[in-house]
Amino acid sequence: MMHTTASSHLTLPTVRAKMSAHLSYGRVNLNILREAARKELREFLDKCAGSKAIVWDEYLTGPFGLIAQYSLLKEHEVEKMFTLKGGRLPAADVKNIIFFVRPRLELMDIIAENVISEDKMHSPRDFHILFVPRRSMLCEQRLKEQGVLGSLINIDEYILDLIPYDGDLLSMESEGAFRECYLESDQTSLYHTAKGLMTLQALYGTIPQIFGKGECARHVANMMLRMKREFAGSQTQILPVFDSLLLLDRNIDLLTPLATQLTYEGLIDEVYGITNGYVKLPPEKFAAQKKQVEVGKDLPTEPKKMQLNSAEELYAEIRDKNFNAIGAALSKKAKIISAAFEERHNAKTVGEIKQFVSQLPHMQAARSSLANHTSIAELIKDITTSEAFFDNLTVEQEFMTGVDTDKVNTYIEDCIAQKDPLIKILRLVCMQSVCNNGLKQKILDYYKREILQTYGYEHMLTLNNLEKTGLLKPQTSTRNNYPTIRKTLKLWMEDANEQNPNDISYVYSGYAPLSIRLTQVLARPGWRSIEEVLKMLPGPHFEERQQLPAGLHKKRQQGENRTTLVFFLGGVTYAEIAALRFLSQMEDGGTEYIIATTKLINGTSWIKSLMDRPEAP
Amino acid sequence: MIRGKPDEDEYWNSSKFKAFTFDDEDDDFTRLKESKRAVNSIRSLVEEEDEEDDVEKVSWSGEPVGSISWSVKETASSIRSTGEVRDQSFPKINTAPSLPKNSSGYSLSSLFKAFGETSIRNYAPELRKPKSEYKVRYVYSLEKFRSLQDKLLLLDEAVNAHDGNVITAVLIYLKKSLSKENLFRELITREIALRHYIHFLKEIEEQKLLLMQYRDHLNIRDENKRRDFLKSCLSLPFSPDDATHVQDHYTLLERQIIIEANDKQVESSGQADIFKKYPRKASILNMPIITTLYYSCFYHYGESDGTYSSPANIRKTFRISDKQFLLTCLGARAKLKAWFDVDALFTTKNWLGYTKKRSPIGFHRIVDILQKNNAPVQVLQEYVNLVEDAEQKISLAQKYKCHDVIINTYRDLKDRQQLIVYRGKVERGSSEYRKIEEILSNSVR
Repeated sequence: MMHTTASSHLTLPTVRAKMSAHLSYGRVNLNILREAARKELREFLDKCAGSKAIVWDEYLTGPFGLIAQYSLLKEHEVEKMFTLKGGRLPAADVKNIIFFVRPRLELMDIIAENVISEDKMHSPRDFHILFVPRRSMLCEQRLKEQGVLGSLINIDEYILDLIPYDGDLLSMESEGAFRECYLESDQTSLYHTAKGLMTLQALYGTIPQIFGKGECARHVANMMLRMKREFAGSQTQILPVFDSLLLLDRNIDLLTPLATQLTYEGLIDEVYGITNGYVKLPPEKFAAQKKQVEVGKDLPTEPKKMQLNSAEELYAEIRDKNFNAIGAALSKKAKIISAAFEERHNAKTVGEIKQFVSQLPHMQAARSSLANHTSIAELIKDITTSEAFFDNLTVEQEFMTGVDTDKVNTYIEDCIAQKDPLIKILRLVCMQSVCNNGLKQKILDYYKREILQTYGYEHMLTLNNLEKTGLLKPQTSTRNNYPTIRKTLKLWMEDANEQNPNDISYVYSGYAPLSIRLTQVLARPGWRSIEEVLKMLPGPHFEERQQLPAGLHKKRQQGENRTTLVFFLGGVTYAEIAALRFLSQMEDGGTEYIIATTKLINGTSWIKSLMDRPEAP
Repeated sequence: MIRGKPDEDEYWNSSKFKAFTFDDEDDDFTRLKESKRAVNSIRSLVEEEDEEDDVEKVSWSGEPVGSISWSVKETASSIRSTGEVRDQSFPKINTAPSLPKNSSGYSLSSLFKAFGETSIRNYAPELRKPKSEYKVRYVYSLEKFRSLQDKLLLLDEAVNAHDGNVITAVLIYLKKSLSKENLFRELITREIALRHYIHFLKEIEEQKLLLMQYRDHLNIRDENKRRDFLKSCLSLPFSPDDATHVQDHYTLLERQIIIEANDKQVESSGQADIFKKYPRKASILNMPIITTLYYSCFYHYGESDGTYSSPANIRKTFRISDKQFLLTCLGARAKLKAWFDVDALFTTKNWLGYTKKRSPIGFHRIVDILQKNNAPVQVLQEYVNLVEDAEQKISLAQKYKCHDVIINTYRDLKDRQQLIVYRGKVERGSSEYRKIEEILSNSVR
């Protein structure tokens, strides 16, 4: 196992190790990136000398939570924290007020309001703005128009492009990236992506090979090469950790996120939604475990919030399994833990008892972890065994295998008539359109009319957006090429093994995600074998090489795996990540994958980001 | 019906589809119970220990203690909670690698560098005084770009850099220094820059375009103002499709306003029984058309076609499909238990005067909807009988306990065996029981 330079960090106190250790154990030590980000943050805080209060753009607290906890801020004299709101700032006896904000105009107006209504006579406080991830001219212009630019002592930026999310996963946590790139033609997020990749290369060495597919991928690669030229001279002398980078546009595979994910983690995300690594669960199932004695008394009404990452041993083991294999995995774990606890009867001597007691905390952690996941699995099972779930999945699988994609689907019709959630309808209609390479005009018009009549005419904005991004489209004269793509890339596997998978198709119980098939084929035998299919997918495919400084060429040991960074521009699902982890673990795979993305998405959050009135049903 | 239903077992077993099912013989989820039991048995040992989760320390609000989002709320309250926050003082680490430093100024500078490459070196960036004492900031002046050609070159380079921030800065400058005609003429051939410009205009609220303008109605609260706004949208050059939808939207709101005013008055005056018996729960304003139709079928059923609020008029005006109309109407009348109206919905007369029941939707769906509205068995079984597929008919009849339908079907199929089995399921001595007895004894030959 190859380790990178920062292994010295393992000597840190235990609490810290607990918080971020899972970032260090992967193929690439992503904790280096986290440390760099923390250092940057400390440096900024120290620039504003004296006591301070932070006013947060609420959206940012989640992503920042992946970098630092409150304690770090507190060490640097952050005494109060508020949420950004209009009107007057709350009282706080501090020297500095720092706004942590995204560069958004509406937020500038709120800041201006805060600054203007400040009682200057009473409490003179210094104002600062920290833009995340970058300062913006438009925003500063707005502050100037509002007449507060002069009152700001310091305007700075905190470059938080790629956030370490897990041991093998980086995310920009940028919700709007897909919408901006494919709907609004605002490619600023691609610029941030390129910058993030430059940062990554500064820490982990130049990536010698860049592959890509799609317009956005091409842009990012171009920007990287250009930035490299401009930085020439300030080359870092670091042995490359990554052998290659694969840039993939989300719009080359619109199908995968629309399908219901069937891995454990994927289903948790589908059902409850994972935000910034946390999930909120209904508390009932968890309450009973805690104090059975006081049933009916003090039942918690707040959702239970849990962090989900590979720091939790059991979760790391089961997260990527097909949900149908979870029962067996949990019961196996239960037996092991029970046996461990039974050991206490065998502990006779003082030494043995001591030994047992010393292991108790670890065993308790394992027990609690098992209890939590048993409860979550029960919650999800209730859903997956429901008729509605089954019917929905049936239709998805029919579409993915090409059954009746050119007719009005009665199930979708029924769902509209029953006024099922609009997003569910849109997911299905888009899926049908993608699997049919567009819908016949008559069918498209029919669906549109039904949707507008049932859910409201204002949703024509959303339908319009879906058409612009290609998720929904009228069939053009060209023939439907989805069946060809499906057959060539083996996107449907008849006998997906959910218990002991031998192919990535297990993550959707039959459907192998297109994006991951492309990744798989690239590693072996190479894209040249699928030229025809690549041409059917939008955007160019390409390969670039980056020169390495002399002496930094890696000499690969016999049997040593390659490391590839796969970057999903516009979002990636947990099921796709599971499929890549599966490929990494294949014995003769030869490649290990690190995953990066603009945002972790699922069909629902994705469609929502494209809606023009997301609060509607 | 090709679509796989859970009851179409044969289809699933014979087809190539991999169903996401849980087989009885190897049910993983009986194992879930196993692991639950195991967890419970271990609990007794650790009961006296700290019951807090190992996963994350969680505050009352469910936020992990010490997380930033939790602390925002916590420190915002005037009483500072000192003891609660976990003390996690880490030593400062100076060995941490540094990120490459580059400020936003870089983006513009890269633009200028790009010009260097395209050999327009005379446009040297102008260095101004640092703006703040904290950070030296380079500000580039765009004023050096005088000729139209240079300006366009600048724009193209900015677009190539893909940094929205830079593109916007250049656009602001061009907008200031070019006439509208010139700017638009050039923007039309530069799609990305154009989109940015639109976005920019949208943000600064100077002008709105078509759908974007239509979108603004969402921000108008007052229904009359909203209607007038929609009316003003009608003249915009939408695509034919969109134009129809906007027209419909306007017509709908116009009607809703009339209906709402009228019904509110009728309801408060107490004249109509229907409003007394079923008071309106919410206003009909801004509801989708199907909801409006439901409302109309509920409160205005039987009105003549000429009125704005009659179901027939709404159906015609908004070109509602037969299926949607039937489903909506059925839902509303069944809710009111107006079974006579329900019956009439399906009844057609031929020229000889015979009546027959027809439906654009499978009768099994009709049965489901009626059942959800608590229709009595007599009503239900009439529709169960109309289900064409015999197997589906039986399974529906069994689900909703329509004994007559089941018994008659078996009788018609001459299935003695099934009748005997079914006799075992009904109450001894009940009318169903006697009916089965009678059939069985009659058919003995």
